[in-house]
Amino acid sequence: MTTPPNMAAFNPPVQPGQSVLGQQAVVRSSAGGPVAENPVQLPEVAKLIDISKCIGCKACQSACAEWNDTHPEIGVNVGIYENPHDLTAEMYTLMRFAEYDNPDSGDFEWLIRKDGCMHCADPGCLKACPAPGAIVQYSNGIVDFISENCIGCGYCISGCPFDIPRMHPTKHVVKKCTLCSDRVAVGQGPACAKACPTQAISFGTKDDMKTLAAERIEDLKSRGYDEAGLYDPAGVDGTHVMYVLQHADRPHVYSGLPDAPQISDVVEGWKGPTKPIGLAAVGVAAVGAAAMGVLSRGSRITEHEEREAEGLVETTPAASDDRGHI
Amino acid sequence: MAPRKFSEPTDRILGTRPVEVRRYGAFIRVNHWFGAICFVLLMLSGFALFHPSFFGLTALFGGGQTTRWIHPFLGIALVISFAAMFIQLVRLNILRREDLVWTAHIADVITGHEERLPELGKYNFGQKVVFWGMFWLILALVATGIPMWVQYFPDLVSIPTRRIAILIHSISAVLIVLVFILHVFAALWTRGTIRAMTRGTVTGGWAWLHHRKWLRELAGRRGTNAAE
Repeated sequence: MTTPPNMAAFNPPVQPGQSVLGQQAVVRSSAGGPVAENPVQLPEVAKLIDISKCIGCKACQSACAEWNDTHPEIGVNVGIYENPHDLTAEMYTLMRFAEYDNPDSGDFEWLIRKDGCMHCADPGCLKACPAPGAIVQYSNGIVDFISENCIGCGYCISGCPFDIPRMHPTKHVVKKCTLCSDRVAVGQGPACAKACPTQAISFGTKDDMKTLAAERIEDLKSRGYDEAGLYDPAGVDGTHVMYVLQHADRPHVYSGLPDAPQISDVVEGWKGPTKPIGLAAVGVAAVGAAAMGVLSRGSRITEHEEREAEGLVETTPAASDDRGHI
Repeated sequence: MAPRKFSEPTDRILGTRPVEVRRYGAFIRVNHWFGAICFVLLMLSGFALFHPSFFGLTALFGGGQTTRWIHPFLGIALVISFAAMFIQLVRLNILRREDLVWTAHIADVITGHEERLPELGKYNFGQKVVFWGMFWLILALVATGIPMWVQYFPDLVSIPTRRIAILIHSISAVLIVLVFILHVFAALWTRGTIRAMTRGTVTGGWAWLHHRKWLRELAGRRGTNAAE
């Protein structure tokens, strides 16, 4: 029934598998979309990106574009390694190359971070989305965009604390990393993890990934990275893409990784109190106006007023205009 | 020409027995109903995107994608329509001292004791509230709507700014629907009003009761209009 996720480095099973990430595993759905009544309980999965092992080869980017059959535009080199220059609707993941002068050691460091969807346990995109079922979360934690339900409003872009989703300019749907939900559904790891030559990207259950991260952090600390740690931010109830950071005390040095990401209070206010209070105000006003319209007789004009008007018009001397006409 | 303080050039007395008064010309009436249709469609499509329980309204527009696409264009159409109306009506909607007295006696309006109220020009305080409410809220909605229009203005503002724009857009939308309800209710409650926007005329009694200064000015100009 539940296929345990494999470490991405393993070869995939060759026997025909059955997808475990269908509607039966949906635990959250945007705008009150359908969720499974008794969702299949899958173990939580996570992708662990060990920045200290990354060599910036972009094999993961290529594998991502290849597996997802996206067609990023041919880029232009502007003197930095980042290419494309930002995430796009055709490029779900992007190596970001930060040149970091460490103020503590005086060393120059390449901080190469693979950017992409973090698959938050509490996803801001899902909260912001107005289209039922356009964004779903499966019981293993993967947050997926269902394009046929997407209306292209871009609210998810405003909802995301990590600035990840991108609007497709011609298809008018929003795209982002799916954590290769189609591969994970049949027991394979994400394409990026499979392609990574240094195994800087690992994939497995979230528990296993935390254990692996702890080993790596211990190793890093023994090499002098005293602030090494795991990036699994509590502000979004943890993520299903985690980083091992050499400088976990300052995530922002990794090309602006948020130090304390959380769903913006503005988004919470918009999707929280504004909707019920707004609907209640409109409902009360509409019902009140209708009730008063039915119960009161309204302001009526009587014959008396019509006579008064006739009297006023007939007794008012007409002013002469500038041409002397009366 | 004698100064026009409480009326428009197109306002005039058409008949005396019974008194019939022209209140709105053809252009403003056509424009009003065009704007009204835009407003109702904006409200329906906006509600669909505002709360999931109304998402079904997208079916009226041919699905979620079309609703998302058409909503901002309807907004632009409403802005143009309202701008024309604003230019025509702004002069007579400036607040005056008698509006405060009228507002203080709002209970007499509801209980039908208009004899206790000051005489008014073409608009009372309630009508002016609708006018200025529509003005400021449409301004807020278009100012916040443009940066939300991802199809054409994806990078106009930063994401944190757009979040604030969306919140203000939502709140303004709720408020303008309240103004709309007030507008429709007052037009229906005050019998004899609707024909001002359908036929363009009101009865003398209606003008005498609700807008006597306006009627007095038109009565004084009667001869001038007939001569033209």
